[in-house]
Amino acid sequence: MHLLLDFTKHLQEYDLTVRVDTSASRIGILGASGCGKSMTLKSIAGIVRPDAGKICVDGDVFFDSGKKLCVRPQKRNVGYLFQNYALFPTMTVEENVLAGLENVPKKERRERCAAMIARFHLAGLEKRYPGELSGGQQQRVALARLLAGAPKMILLDEPFSAMDAYLKDQLQEQLFEMLQQYDGTMILVSHNRDEIYRFCEDLLVMDRGRIIREGKTKDVFANPKVKQASILTGCKNYTDLVRIDAHHAHLVDYGVDIETKGEIPEGTTCLGYRAHDFIPVWEAEEPVNAFPVREKSRAALPFEENFYLVPQGDHREHNPEHICWFVQRSEYPELETKGLPRYLQMAEEKMLFLTDPGD
Amino acid sequence: MQEVLSILSGLDWSPLWISLKTGLVATILCFFLGIFAARKVVKRGPGAKSVIDGILTLPMVLPPTVTGFFLLLLFSKRRPLGSFLYAQFGIKVVQSWLGCILAASFIAFPLMYRNARAAFEQIDENLVYAGRTLGMSETKIFWKIVMPTAGPGIISGTILTFARALGEYGATSMLAGNIPGKTATISQKIAMVIQDGDYLTAGIWTLIVLVIAFVIVAAMNLAASKSIHHVSRW
Repeated sequence: MHLLLDFTKHLQEYDLTVRVDTSASRIGILGASGCGKSMTLKSIAGIVRPDAGKICVDGDVFFDSGKKLCVRPQKRNVGYLFQNYALFPTMTVEENVLAGLENVPKKERRERCAAMIARFHLAGLEKRYPGELSGGQQQRVALARLLAGAPKMILLDEPFSAMDAYLKDQLQEQLFEMLQQYDGTMILVSHNRDEIYRFCEDLLVMDRGRIIREGKTKDVFANPKVKQASILTGCKNYTDLVRIDAHHAHLVDYGVDIETKGEIPEGTTCLGYRAHDFIPVWEAEEPVNAFPVREKSRAALPFEENFYLVPQGDHREHNPEHICWFVQRSEYPELETKGLPRYLQMAEEKMLFLTDPGD
Repeated sequence: MQEVLSILSGLDWSPLWISLKTGLVATILCFFLGIFAARKVVKRGPGAKSVIDGILTLPMVLPPTVTGFFLLLLFSKRRPLGSFLYAQFGIKVVQSWLGCILAASFIAFPLMYRNARAAFEQIDENLVYAGRTLGMSETKIFWKIVMPTAGPGIISGTILTFARALGEYGATSMLAGNIPGKTATISQKIAMVIQDGDYLTAGIWTLIVLVIAFVIVAAMNLAASKSIHHVSRW
C-alpha cells in the first residue's frame, strides 16, 4: 500500500502543508490540538477539500488540483473512525452496521451484516440503539460498521481522547486487537504519545500545520531532533546548549559543561532530557555530566515520586526553570533513607540533542 | 342549556372545516418549504445567513395585518401579479380560500423554518461525514440520518405551525375576507359573532378550538416522545 500526500490548505491561523510519501502500513500523526492533524485526515477522507496539491492512495488519485479532480468521499472507500464514533443515534446496531454496507450488492448485505455482528461480539444487541450501549460496545459497533465495507484504508481520529484512563486502556486494547487482522493502511491521529508509540511503526510529528519530523516511531522517540517534536514525545526537561566542540558543550540553564564520547551534532542548540532518565548521585564528589540540585517541590504518586528541582550549577547565566525528575520508588530505595540526592547525572545515550527553530 | 342545544343544532359547522383544511394545507406547505429553507440557510456563511434568516423570520415579528397588507399589495387583482394570475390562469387569491391558505402559510412559515433550522444546527456534523465516508448518497444521508436525528425539533415545529395556521386571523381577514362557507375560519367567526354581541356562540366556538388544540398538541407530543425515547439526550 502506497500513500502520497502533497497538499496545502489555508486555515485560519496557519497554512497546512503536508508532504508525505510512504509505504508504511501503520502510520501515526502526533501533534498538539489544532496542529492540523485532524484536517489532514479529513482531507484524505474527502470530508474537506485541500486548496492545492495531490492525494494518492495506492495508485488511485483522490485529489489533484492540477487536473481539477476531487473524488467524492462516498467513492474513496476510506474508513473513518470519529472521536465519538459518530454512530447514527436513531438507528439500531444492526441498521448502523448495514449503513456501512452501502457499496455492497443488496443480496449480500444481510449476510455480511450478520457476519460482522458475530465477529465483533454484538450478538443480542442488534435491536439496541447506540444510546443504550456501553462505551466498549459502541466502539465495536463503530468498528463493525467501518470494516463491513472492507475499506482500503482506515483513519482513526483521536479515538480515545474523551475517555477516562481506565476505560481508555481497555478500549485501546480492544481496538488494537480487533484491527490486528486488518491488512490495509491505517493512520492514527493523536496527541497522546503512548497510543502512538504502542500502535504505529511510522510516525509524523506535526506542529502548526507542518510536519516537523518523520521516521520510524522508535527512532523519533529516541532522537526527536527538533525541540517541538521532543516536547510531543513527552520529554519534559530542556536547556539551551552552547556547543564548544564535537565532544563538549555548555548547558546554559544548568550551569555545567558536558563531555560526550559520541559526537554532538553540529547546529545543536538545545538539550532535552527525559524526567525518568536522571541518575541520582549522593556522593559529595561531583560526577561527570551531572549538576547539583535544590528541591523546589515534590509530589508523591502511588508508585512514583515526582521531584521539581532547581539546578545549582556554578556557571548558570539566568535563573532556570525547574526541572522534573520522576522516579519509581522501588528503583531507588535510598530516597527513603538518604533523602534528596546531591547531584543528578545524565547518561550520554539518553541525551537528546535538538535544534530549536523557535516560533 | 336549552339555549346551547338549540344553537348547537342550528350551528353552521363550515368554519370548523375551513379552519382545519386551511391549517392542514398550510402546514404541509410550510413543512416542506420550511425544511427546504432551513437546509439551505444552515449551509450558508454567517453574513448571508443573518440576512436571509431575518427576511424569512419577518412574518413572525411583524403584526399579521402588515403581512396581510403586503400580501394584498402582491395579489390584489388591481396589481400586476394578481391581475396576471387571474387573467392567465383564473387564479383568484383575494377573497378566496386560496387567500386563507396563503395568509396562514406566510404567518406560520417562520415557526417551521426556525425550528427546523435549530434542529439541523444541533446535528453533530460528524454524523453527516460518517455517512459520506460510508458511501451513503446525500439524499440518503438527509432522509436516514439528518431528518430522524432532527426529528424532535421538526415535530415541534410542525405542531406550532399547525397551531398558528389554525388560529390565523389578521392576515386572513385582510386577504381572504370573511365569506361564510368559503373563507370564514373559526377565528373570524368568533370575531364576527362577538361584534353582534352573541357571546354564547363565541363561547361554543372557543370551546371547540380549545378541544382541537389540546387534542392535536397532546397527540403529537405523544408521537414525538415515542419516536425519540431511545435517543439519549441530557
